[in-house]
Amino acid sequence: MSTEQSTDTPMVEVRNVHKRFGDLEVLKGINLTVNRGKIISIIGPSGSGKSTLLRSVNHLEVIDEGAILLDGVQVNRPDMKGLAFERHINNIRQNMGMVFQHFNLFPHLSTIDNVTLAPRKLKGMDKKTARELGMEQLERVGLAEKADVFPNWLSGGQKQRVAIARALAMKPKVMLFDEATSALDPELVEEVNRVMRSLAEEHMTMLIVTHEMSFARDVSDWALFMDGGVVVEECTPDKLFSNPDQERTRNFLQKHLGNNH
Amino acid sequence: MDFDLMVEVTPLLIRAAWVTIDISSRAIFFGFFVACGLVFLQTFRFAPIRWFARGYISVIRGTPYFVQLLLVFYGGPSLGLRLDPITCGVVVGAFNIGAYMSEAIRGSIESVDKGQSEAARSLGFGKVQTMVSIVLPQAASLMIRSVGVLAIVLIKNSSLVSIISVVELTYQAQRLIGSTYKPLEIFTLSALMYIIIIYAVMGIIELAYRRATRYTTQ
Repeated sequence: MSTEQSTDTPMVEVRNVHKRFGDLEVLKGINLTVNRGKIISIIGPSGSGKSTLLRSVNHLEVIDEGAILLDGVQVNRPDMKGLAFERHINNIRQNMGMVFQHFNLFPHLSTIDNVTLAPRKLKGMDKKTARELGMEQLERVGLAEKADVFPNWLSGGQKQRVAIARALAMKPKVMLFDEATSALDPELVEEVNRVMRSLAEEHMTMLIVTHEMSFARDVSDWALFMDGGVVVEECTPDKLFSNPDQERTRNFLQKHLGNNH
Repeated sequence: MDFDLMVEVTPLLIRAAWVTIDISSRAIFFGFFVACGLVFLQTFRFAPIRWFARGYISVIRGTPYFVQLLLVFYGGPSLGLRLDPITCGVVVGAFNIGAYMSEAIRGSIESVDKGQSEAARSLGFGKVQTMVSIVLPQAASLMIRSVGVLAIVLIKNSSLVSIISVVELTYQAQRLIGSTYKPLEIFTLSALMYIIIIYAVMGIIELAYRRATRYTTQ
């Protein structure tokens, strides 16, 4: 773990990013920096562009303007084409762990194979070393005993923890969480949050899109409120959740917290 | 019912049934490669190649197998394409089932959840690796049943190659009826043999399907 490195250097930089789907502009010039070892949460109503932003960082969405950098290396490269870009993006993605709302575990592979597939195929790790690494990651999320079962036999919370282990097995520089707990039954949310908290304690750099307000407040170093494709407000989570400057933020929080509590 | 006759002709019909199985299995085997080729052609960026594959599939699906068979066997020689009856049965069968199978394969690839390839890509897998390691293994289990149904249709349609005088089950039955005048006995026997073949194939498909999808049940 890159624990004690300087936290002033940016790990992820998003510079003036625009993204359009046809006529609809969903990201209207987003700027964002995640420093090494820091945790940033993005909240906002659905359709605000927060998931699109996160997916753009991983290049699952191709941005139309602007730049995204991971550890100083530009992710989007409009100047690169075809196989050259394919190689470039595959290398970049090996350093980014992505966790999806719907887990997206590979159902035809056992839990341990889900975790070890990428290290084996992409890093050429031999089976034995990969299994050790995989078991280590599964222990980290508390699921070592489920190593040899298929994902269909796991609960939603367990699936998501395996998905986190799968991403961690590539030793990523940053973890991206796209509403990791939104598809879970309420009683399963906490086990996933617990794993994410433990990553926070290990100073993993994280960019989190979430609906879990109290979790975002607890765990993040910085929080953003997005609406209509722009960052409406960003500040410390304490300020954002208790005393936001913007009217839109207040309205959103009122509605959201009002519905949930 | 003349049971003595039925016992007597059974070995002859069994031998003819092997021809049916032989022609059909070869057509299915080669048809699979035709299908994969057609699926591959449809991934090309260059549109005319895609149109060619789509056009071919439309023609095959829009014409009766019987006509395709007659066209190639009797029309082929005018274009210098002379095939012996068995080869013609295999080739037309392969190119026919290939068109249908390509649609089944394409459909099953497309029905693998998009999140699967996204997850693989996000880990750093390339397009080809994602296809080979993640999408195709899942598509394969989805396509077993639909491809199996096509195989069964092809086996039944193989009775049509009797028209170009391939001595398979139906042709042999007709021949025996010509000399014995017992259509009820002989067609009953040949129907029974088709049933045995078809249900054996259905059993194999079901076993393969269960094996391929055991990860969902365990």
